[in-house]
Amino acid sequence: MITFVVNGVSRSVEVPEDVPLLWVLREELGLTGTKFGCGAALCGACTVHLDGSPVRSCVTRVGEAGGKQVLTIEGLGAATLHEVQKAWIAENVPQCGYCQPGQILSAVALLKAKRRPTPEDIDAVLDANLCRCGTYPRIRRAIGRVVGALAPDEGGEQHEKKEETHR
Amino acid sequence: MSAQLTRRDLLRASLGLGGAFLLELGGCAANGLPAPVQPGARPGDFVPSAWLRITPDDKVIFTLDRVEMGQGTMTSHAQLLADELEIDPARFVIELAGANRAYDNQDPQLGLQSTGGSSSVRTSYEPLRRAGAVAREMLRRAAAKRFTASLDDCRAEEGTLLHVPSGRRLRYGELAADAAREVIPEVTLKPAEKHTWIGKSITRLDARTKVDGSAVYGIDVSVPDLLVAVVLRPPRLGAQVVAFDDRAARAMPGVVDVFRIPQGVAVVAHRYWQATRAAAAVKVDWTEGEIWVDSDTLRKMYVDRVKLPATLVRSHGNVGSAEREAAHTIEALHEAPYLAHATMEPQNATAIVVNDRCEVWAPTQAPALTREAARRVTGLPYASIDFHQTLLGGGFGRRGFQDYVEEALHIAMRVKKPVKVIWSREDDMRSSMYRPMAVSWARGAVDARGNIVSWSQRIASQTVVGETGPEWLQSIVPSGVPHPLKQLGGRLAGGLLNGNGVVDPTNVEGASTMAYDIPNLRFEHAVMRHPVPVGAWRSVGNSQNVFFTETFFDELARAGGKDPFVLRRELLAKAPRQRAVLELAAEKAGWGKALPKGRFRGIAQSKSFETHCAEVAEVSIEGKDVRVHRVVAVVDCGVAVNPDLIRAQIESAIIFGLGAALRQEITWKRGAVEQSNFHDFEPLRMAETPEIEVHVVPSTESPTGVGEPGLPPIAPAVANAILAATGRPVRAMPFTRGLAAKDQAR
Repeated sequence: MITFVVNGVSRSVEVPEDVPLLWVLREELGLTGTKFGCGAALCGACTVHLDGSPVRSCVTRVGEAGGKQVLTIEGLGAATLHEVQKAWIAENVPQCGYCQPGQILSAVALLKAKRRPTPEDIDAVLDANLCRCGTYPRIRRAIGRVVGALAPDEGGEQHEKKEETHR
Repeated sequence: MSAQLTRRDLLRASLGLGGAFLLELGGCAANGLPAPVQPGARPGDFVPSAWLRITPDDKVIFTLDRVEMGQGTMTSHAQLLADELEIDPARFVIELAGANRAYDNQDPQLGLQSTGGSSSVRTSYEPLRRAGAVAREMLRRAAAKRFTASLDDCRAEEGTLLHVPSGRRLRYGELAADAAREVIPEVTLKPAEKHTWIGKSITRLDARTKVDGSAVYGIDVSVPDLLVAVVLRPPRLGAQVVAFDDRAARAMPGVVDVFRIPQGVAVVAHRYWQATRAAAAVKVDWTEGEIWVDSDTLRKMYVDRVKLPATLVRSHGNVGSAEREAAHTIEALHEAPYLAHATMEPQNATAIVVNDRCEVWAPTQAPALTREAARRVTGLPYASIDFHQTLLGGGFGRRGFQDYVEEALHIAMRVKKPVKVIWSREDDMRSSMYRPMAVSWARGAVDARGNIVSWSQRIASQTVVGETGPEWLQSIVPSGVPHPLKQLGGRLAGGLLNGNGVVDPTNVEGASTMAYDIPNLRFEHAVMRHPVPVGAWRSVGNSQNVFFTETFFDELARAGGKDPFVLRRELLAKAPRQRAVLELAAEKAGWGKALPKGRFRGIAQSKSFETHCAEVAEVSIEGKDVRVHRVVAVVDCGVAVNPDLIRAQIESAIIFGLGAALRQEITWKRGAVEQSNFHDFEPLRMAETPEIEVHVVPSTESPTGVGEPGLPPIAPAVANAILAATGRPVRAMPFTRGLAAKDQAR
């Protein structure tokens, strides 16, 4: 029996420790927002947060999550949409949408680690999340939109205005 | 499409031809037509067409019959219907259509219910607006009676009927039951300048569910007692199961059964991880199969073949005498590899076959073929088959095929329980219908003033339509025709396209269809027949042929000392819309203006899916790496139903095409695909994505394709920039062959 907290709720599952967290979320807990893309940590579609840090759930053994906090896309905007999700809608980011839960959770993690990421920071971090529809320009813009909406003193770094869009 | 889409066509579209009738109309019922079967329809609902249902509690339900795979049909088609219906498209409750002949695609090349060929807006523009107008007029007539007013005093706006003199309003739902009793009126559609929702960049209607995780793709389908299956497929082309040893697998946790199906060996368990682990423990003996298939061997076959005469596709003037009189002639061999679609969602399907009923859930591009696959595999009639459409995690042509559906059906028949087949990424990469490899030979001639006086080209490739068309053809034939006859027809058509004098148009599109006004032209095609499965891949033949022609064009321009943009503009004098996008692209990109040191521009254009597109790429060469900094694209696709969705599709096609141009390829070794996952078939990533600027030309012409036309020009635009940078032509995709081994430890 492995017990961990998923989106604020304590859950217990009866599976071997080495089962990928991805499949436990999808098949045992019915949280299908976390996507299977490659099974080898190459695409980022399965990204979730484990104790606040982004991990690839397709290669994370569920045993590693024991006693920890897991955040999935379903938990991110459960009450009201997260600012990143709102920016995603405003920029019409999703196309097929399949990779977007992973993209969004990577972006949220980036903004947590660095409140005012530079365009280079955004490219460096989100580079690890593949999107076959090519929504990258809009992901850049959506993250830029979140940063652009920050109060001038928020984030504690210099706040030069980022170039708006490439349209 | 005929401009005379009339009431009869609407009825045809509404009523369906396959025995399922969707219209609930007083007039029809009185005419003795069968009762409606639209799922969920209740008495009192107003169902004026196969796309629309309005309930007495004011739900306005739009049934989307073109699949949503990212290209935005859910939004654009809602806008088309809403425009004449006079309602905010965000008010629609959107349902995904099942399989029904009512939804046959009116594109003559598709002909059956399917989404592809950049046809969705193009073929739905008129019918959906007409459906909206008919519904609105029936509601208006019902309102006039309710208000005891003249029709002229009743106006539809924002989902209500307004009695203009009194200001009284009725919601559409309040009029539903009455409207259902009105007869279908003749309607006139608004002119483009009166459009209310068409032309607006509204937010995607699927955006919310795609950012909160609630969107349901095929892989997310959940039904009670669902089992999961993985399939061990042939490791080499054509290999067959000789025997298999499943003793160890059967002893593993959760395993339900292991058995042979036509596609290989199925391993069924309660969970995916159980099925994959058990599958790894199954030992299968395979026959050798087509072990000779090897990329080096194929390349040699193609290069040899393309040097010999082949089937004539287009010819005018006399290339031979033009070449003899020319100042320069150039010959070139161009190559393009096989490519996988690599949709982010791996292939999957869910099926139940029990008690002479079949249910199928699939992320398919072709519901008509999904249902036909169910009929073929189970032997059940259409009336016993329920098909449920899901969202698609990408399509790009891959999901017109039904191989994953057939697997699910075979397995479901055996286990007699609901089962979902899930492919791994490796399965997906190695068992696909690939974009065909192609080799082109071309010879061009330039006169002393730099004009291109002659162009002859021969392309060798497998035929996509010849390989896959028979299945489609069989499905198009009306259900009354006996199946052996259908199969015969399909085989004949496939045979004709496979080297018997008829050229599959997708083999030469983008080459023989070029718009340049060149006095002497000759195009030939050599069909290649060997066992590699091929299929449509975003923009189909254009995806390689435009690379061949547009890069060769720059070689000829260079030989004649002409600027490639100027020469294109000259030779497009008789193609004004094509010339206009070219000129605007050059202007927006600053063609001819100075660039930072080390940067070079390339330009290319193509017309595909009736849409005009031109692109300019700005490139630098860093060591052996090609860096694309900026792309300017101009697209003229007629009426822009949702300009922001169009921009998104052009961005998408450029990024999809760049991955292929720069580094993707599927190669064969001893009958097997060498690539397996995203490390060795790597799509473009964010950090290497250029700045992309898309300009949509305002137009009142009928809308044309959007999902694919942005792709063909990108590879040649980049290649032409490389030519400008290095003086050496790029004649093979991918450009960085051999440099693809990127850091795999991401």
